[in-house]
Amino acid sequence: MTSRFRSREFWTPAMATGAVLLIALILIAVLAPLTLKQAAEQLTPNAAQEPSAAHWLGTDDFGRDLLARALVATRLTLLMTGGAAAITVLAGVVIGLAIWLSGRRVREAALRVLETAVAYPSLIFALVIAAVLEPGVSSAVIAIGIAGIPGFARITANLASSISSSEYVVTARLLGVSPVRIALRHMLPNMAEPLLILSATVFALSLVEISALSFIGLGVQSPEYDFGRLLNDSLGALYTQPVEAVGPSIMIAITGLSVMLIGDALAAHADPRAKRRFFRRALQRNRTVAVPVGDAALVRVENLRISIPGRQELVKGISFAINPGEVVALVGESGSGKSLTAMAIAGLPSEDLAVEADGVRVGDMNMLAEPNQSRLAKEISIVYQDPGTTFNPSLRMGSQLTEVLRTHLGLGGAKARNLITEALAAVNITEPAKRLRQHPHELSGGMRQRAMIAASIVTSPTLIVADEPTTALDVTVQAEVLRQFRRIHREQGTAMLFISHDLGVVEALCDTVLVMKSGEIVERLTSGQLAARNVHHPYTKALLAAIPVLDLGRTPVVAGAETP
Amino acid sequence: MNPHTTLAVAEAAAATATYAAAVRQLNVSFGSAHVLKDVTLAVPAGRVVGLVGESGSGKSTLGKTLVGINRPTSGEVLIGNKDFTMVRGKARQQMRREVQYIPQDPYSSLSPRRTTGQTLAEALDPRGADPVKHGDAIAAALERVKLDPSAADKYPHEFSGGQRQRVAIARALMLEPKLVIADEITSALDVSVQADIIGLLQGMRGTVDSAMLFISHNLAVVQEVCDDVVVMFQGRIVEQGTIDAVYRDPQHDYTRKLLASVPGSPDFTLD
Repeated sequence: MTSRFRSREFWTPAMATGAVLLIALILIAVLAPLTLKQAAEQLTPNAAQEPSAAHWLGTDDFGRDLLARALVATRLTLLMTGGAAAITVLAGVVIGLAIWLSGRRVREAALRVLETAVAYPSLIFALVIAAVLEPGVSSAVIAIGIAGIPGFARITANLASSISSSEYVVTARLLGVSPVRIALRHMLPNMAEPLLILSATVFALSLVEISALSFIGLGVQSPEYDFGRLLNDSLGALYTQPVEAVGPSIMIAITGLSVMLIGDALAAHADPRAKRRFFRRALQRNRTVAVPVGDAALVRVENLRISIPGRQELVKGISFAINPGEVVALVGESGSGKSLTAMAIAGLPSEDLAVEADGVRVGDMNMLAEPNQSRLAKEISIVYQDPGTTFNPSLRMGSQLTEVLRTHLGLGGAKARNLITEALAAVNITEPAKRLRQHPHELSGGMRQRAMIAASIVTSPTLIVADEPTTALDVTVQAEVLRQFRRIHREQGTAMLFISHDLGVVEALCDTVLVMKSGEIVERLTSGQLAARNVHHPYTKALLAAIPVLDLGRTPVVAGAETP
Repeated sequence: MNPHTTLAVAEAAAATATYAAAVRQLNVSFGSAHVLKDVTLAVPAGRVVGLVGESGSGKSTLGKTLVGINRPTSGEVLIGNKDFTMVRGKARQQMRREVQYIPQDPYSSLSPRRTTGQTLAEALDPRGADPVKHGDAIAAALERVKLDPSAADKYPHEFSGGQRQRVAIARALMLEPKLVIADEITSALDVSVQADIIGLLQGMRGTVDSAMLFISHNLAVVQEVCDDVVVMFQGRIVEQGTIDAVYRDPQHDYTRKLLASVPGSPDFTLD
């Protein structure tokens, strides 16, 4: 924990500014009442003066220094705001956890009550409470504190419910850990970070609301004063001496700003995505390259390097080629760089990665330049790993599957639908016309993946990039999907770049196998060499040894006898 | 029917009570979805039983019913010789500890804010969860899964996926339960890490008294790890028997299709 707070990433400009402001405010809160009380509260004959060297913000109707009053008011304001925020946060966390701990019926009822309470603006809620109580410091704190509770309790309950379905909470429950202990031991520590960040928001909101209460006279009463009370005092002289409102206004703004800066910085720190540094990738100008005479390869990759800028090199200068109609596999374990390589070739590298190479071309398309969208869509198709997230759940299959045909090939809706219906039938999808009217969730995972493959071939691409297309599928469905890839390859002669961690899958489908490890190609094999286990690199040997081999305890049946 | 699908194994085991856990005529429904249909199965004490089938076949539901996450619509869940569905309150908590569960994803099964020692101590003693008091037991548990004793002071983010899965296995074995349900515990791992875990499970045979229900869709892994195999299809058990018997001579069409679909299987072909 401590090292995290010392790191340079933690001290962003926002965090540093917020922290400096907050420390300054705390110092003012401590010191100002000790040193400036006299100037702030002593009645003098210098009434209603304009700003001057002696009185930077002038004086009020009683001859008191307005700057001193604003500074002295910091202590009371911070204490009240802190008190109200503490009530909101503590009671909110307790109630939120209690709701999660209670039975289903109580929980449902309590959540509905909270939702109703949240629907009312908390300031109105606070006004009612403050009006019922005797006006004063403590009633303002209580009113604002209580008014914030429903919102915070609801957030806590929501966080708790998402954590309660996590596997470590389920396991703890199975071990017989009591619900209260689960809440204290597992849930609270794991939601502390978001709750802390939200507390900063609660503090800023409480500040504004307490100031508002005091401003309308339901909060701090004379002779005590906070920022809101000072604003109220300035109201009477707003036309004659508007500068009187400046001091408390600025102080409210600074206090709110300091806390929000810290809250934002904490939130950014907690979210790893916010930490990424975006940069503009250097793109080459020429969209096409001249293919040298005699170079028959469809895809040529030369010295491809992919890195997180300024940090780590993920792909370390690899070169390979894919011939027309060739099926090439990139095999490796997580972190080997195989998917990064595939996406760079497909023209879709991640935004925050630097891609450099002596050349990456598909046909004559220069993949290091911004590719022509339409050619990209027609000539390269991509099949992703997870059929569950490939499709937009809110759109029908038809409009998603025909999109490329309609936008890039300029086909009409009916014609595009006909083409895709044929393609769906070709990958053994039953009732293809009906499927087009369905939403993705109505299809099984295997069916979605076959639909994806169907969509990937209707444009007659020259290259299909498939990124672990069968990893998320059942073994019987995987075999069926692989058969479809094989059939497409046979019938259309499409070249493929097939990413997998499974040498067994690769062996059955691919002509050439490239084994990747830590961003480098360590071995190149033909399918024949792989089938004969004629491999040399220790890593390839280890990979092969790691795959459990099915042993049916008998000699294989005649090839082709098995019917799918 | 065929020799493997008979209930003889279950019945015999039930009669002599040498099983760790068993289910009899179990039905589980979620709303209108009838997920488990008349499932009868015994897991003999000390044996590793593979449970295979595709997604939606009901294998995970069966595992979750055995640990008490799902409630059966009808039928018996026997742990030792007591019907789990009949007990309530304290006794149910006690029985629950007899069946432990290892989830699939090692990245979400360990609390990010707890050290390994705290996680393992909690399994032994849900109230106190004091890693110092149970230091010896924790060291022994880590030893069993081939982790260094220093692992006790580390947090999950300091481990690789394979090491986390070892911690999850150690936690499940902490109480020496009658039955451990391993739900696809190698599916999310790289092949080399999967091989490590397979090696670990093979090495633990004979040293651990707990029986294991090893849920997996990978038939080759099941062959490496298990003594027996149970094949589920559409909520029913269609075949069960020893690994050798079922893999050599599968009786049900679905089992044959399953075995022929494994890349590298002698019957596997893309044509």
